[in-house]
Amino acid sequence: MVKPTRVTNAIRTLRFAHGEMTQAELARRIGVTRQTIIAIEQGRYSPSLEMAFQIARVFSVGLDDVFQYPDGESEGVQ
Amino acid sequence: MLVTSVGAYGIYLAIVLGRAGGGPLAAVPYVSALLWTVGGAIVASIVLHIAVSTFSGAEAGRKDVRDREINRFGEYIGQSFVVIGGVAALLMAMAELDYFWIANVIYLGFVLSAVLGSVAKIVAYRRGFQEW
Repeated sequence: MVKPTRVTNAIRTLRFAHGEMTQAELARRIGVTRQTIIAIEQGRYSPSLEMAFQIARVFSVGLDDVFQYPDGESEGVQ
Repeated sequence: MLVTSVGAYGIYLAIVLGRAGGGPLAAVPYVSALLWTVGGAIVASIVLHIAVSTFSGAEAGRKDVRDREINRFGEYIGQSFVVIGGVAALLMAMAELDYFWIANVIYLGFVLSAVLGSVAKIVAYRRGFQEW
């Protein structure tokens, strides 16, 4: 079955820190659907690098402040 | 897609099996039923699509990069049954089986492809589709 991504994100927190921005508003600003924002927040979808940068730019923070990749044994790389 | 394919194939099977009436299946005239149900399924899916987009919100019709990726993923998964249907038809043609069986194995391949592809897309939307 599909393994969930280990990439975590702080989009929900960042949205609330930025005047309780709605998912719809964030979606509109980066040009995707609200469902995509929901999927990213829930870790069901990893956005492209470009979309990740666009999200970071909306919040005026660095990529590392939006997305985190926790330490742990790396999988998939043999 | 899922609903119309399965529905059309169900109608097709009902017509062909009904015409057979216990006799040999390969002798049943199936061509008109096959063409009409395939055509009907295409028209029905277009009409359904228009109806759904009319009655859902403005945002529902929009597609973004994730929708396109999921669509591609589903089509890729469904593709396997088109190949299986093609190979089966090839083998059946070599074995000089009746045209009825060759046409029907290809049709079944298309239907299974649509079903598997649609189910894969639904699962991808609900649970995610990227492998890590």
